Amino acid sequence: MFSKMFSAEAIREALTILKDEMPFALWETTYVTVLATAFAIVLGLPLGVLLVAGEKDGVLPLPKGVMYVLNVIINLLRSIPFLILMILVFPLTKLLVGTRVGTTASIVPLVIAAFPFVARLVESSLRELNPNIIEMAQSMGASPLQIIVKVMIPESIPSLISNMTIAITTVLGYTAMSGIIGGGGLGKIAINYGYYRYKYLVMLIAVIILIVLVQVFQSIGTALAVKSDRRMKKGK
Amino acid sequence: MFVRCPVQNMIELRHMSKTFRTAGGTVEALKDISLTVNDGDIYGIIGMSGAGKSTLVRCINMLERPTAGEVLIDGKDIGTLSKAELRKVRRSVTMIFQNFNLLMQKNCLRNICFPLELAGVKKAEARKRATELLEIVGLPDKAEAYPAQLSGGQQQRIAIARAIATQPEVLLCDEATSALDPKTTHDILELLRDINKRLGITIIIITHQMSVVEEICNRVAILDEGSVAEEGEVSAVFAEPHSDAAKRLVFPDGSEEAVPGNPGERVLRVVFNGAMAAGAPLITQMAIDEKIAANILYASTRCLGDKVYGNMLLGLPDEEEIVGRAVRYLNGMENIIITEVKGNV
Repeated sequence: MFSKMFSAEAIREALTILKDEMPFALWETTYVTVLATAFAIVLGLPLGVLLVAGEKDGVLPLPKGVMYVLNVIINLLRSIPFLILMILVFPLTKLLVGTRVGTTASIVPLVIAAFPFVARLVESSLRELNPNIIEMAQSMGASPLQIIVKVMIPESIPSLISNMTIAITTVLGYTAMSGIIGGGGLGKIAINYGYYRYKYLVMLIAVIILIVLVQVFQSIGTALAVKSDRRMKKGK
Repeated sequence: MFVRCPVQNMIELRHMSKTFRTAGGTVEALKDISLTVNDGDIYGIIGMSGAGKSTLVRCINMLERPTAGEVLIDGKDIGTLSKAELRKVRRSVTMIFQNFNLLMQKNCLRNICFPLELAGVKKAEARKRATELLEIVGLPDKAEAYPAQLSGGQQQRIAIARAIATQPEVLLCDEATSALDPKTTHDILELLRDINKRLGITIIIITHQMSVVEEICNRVAILDEGSVAEEGEVSAVFAEPHSDAAKRLVFPDGSEEAVPGNPGERVLRVVFNGAMAAGAPLITQMAIDEKIAANILYASTRCLGDKVYGNMLLGLPDEEEIVGRAVRYLNGMENIIITEVKGNV
């Protein structure tokens, strides 16, 4: 396998594919990842807030039953392997996108898989907040909604950015799997050429580009988290 | 700027109790507390850790619900208010904390704007008011700075500015100086005194430091194991502490009791309440001016800047004329309180 992998012919072929298909695949992967993460945050952020605020000692205590159901749903969705989840949500995908396969269709299972994860990440970020700060806001007459919107979320921004960076890199990993259901992108190239047609060099290149992409997302995320954090800046 | 009707009893606690249920049983944090804080007071509530001070102050703004009893603010029982009404009350009974509790991701100006934002004040107006407040607390150049860039004392100043932004009638201070060094503590207390005088805000100070009470409070309640052990004018409690809890706080090392009242001597207590000490050795001066030789039986004083705080016991010859002259002489000094100690202290 490896002896043929770097033959002149294989390299020539890989370069052609790289030139013809990689730019679009890279675009597809980025667009699917960013869009799916964005939707997952839209759904997961409020749920994460409810997980913290809705507790017995939280700022907006919810009935025990509601909290229980919320936790069960999140845990349930998080336990289903992504490969199977993609197939399970076919009916929903069909309903929302009109088709079950393809790049856009792959966004639906990605969001379903990612939003419970995002909810847990948001929960952990909000739990880092010093409870005295919330007491302070209460002592100044803040309503539960004001505490959530003006204190809990803004004070957790650096941690939220860090955790959303984890979310986006996880989604990026999942997009590679969506090649199975016809989702486009780097994963499709890796599977189609590497797995089905034994062109391992193409697969290797696709994987390397994925790695670089993860690095880029992670570096941007870390930089934003550090830049947004006002706790560390000294002097001036 | 701050117009309000004078009210005699700003805050009244009536038979207030608070019991916590824990896994190990119930804990009586507060037992039948009755207190009255008058408008304009700087009221100290002092006690050892675990005496229930923090619970008590949190019951005043209902961060903790008392298990029994009433909390009256301006004559209104706030235990019966709806959540929305209570939030409104909290804008006029604000609070500062031991660890400042500033919003770390917001700059100082926006921290001060925070309670105004909560109250629905327009942004431009809030900013204008916050800028004035920065002036009042002596940090006009820190509007754009973030809390992490400030010292503890500066952070507490911002917290004070924030707490008085909504023009409250009462400011609750929960161990507000416990995280600060003595010099900074003194500066913050000066600021609180200034706010009390200039803006007419009633202040309630929770502390375990006797020096804080000595320095700025006019009245004090001593809390011991959830009950009020003693309550009254600071000078009176200092001069003659009755309860054991009060004696422990006034004489932490117990050295006073060790001072034997020499036979044939009369004892005066001199309480220094910020007297100017610069270049005036009081006892020596009295010896020179009045020819009275006083015997220092006990002294516990501290200098903050050029001012003295603390108290001293002087032994004087048992002659009415000499004692009278000494009292008159010392009473002539500013910020010194004289009382004669009779019997066993």
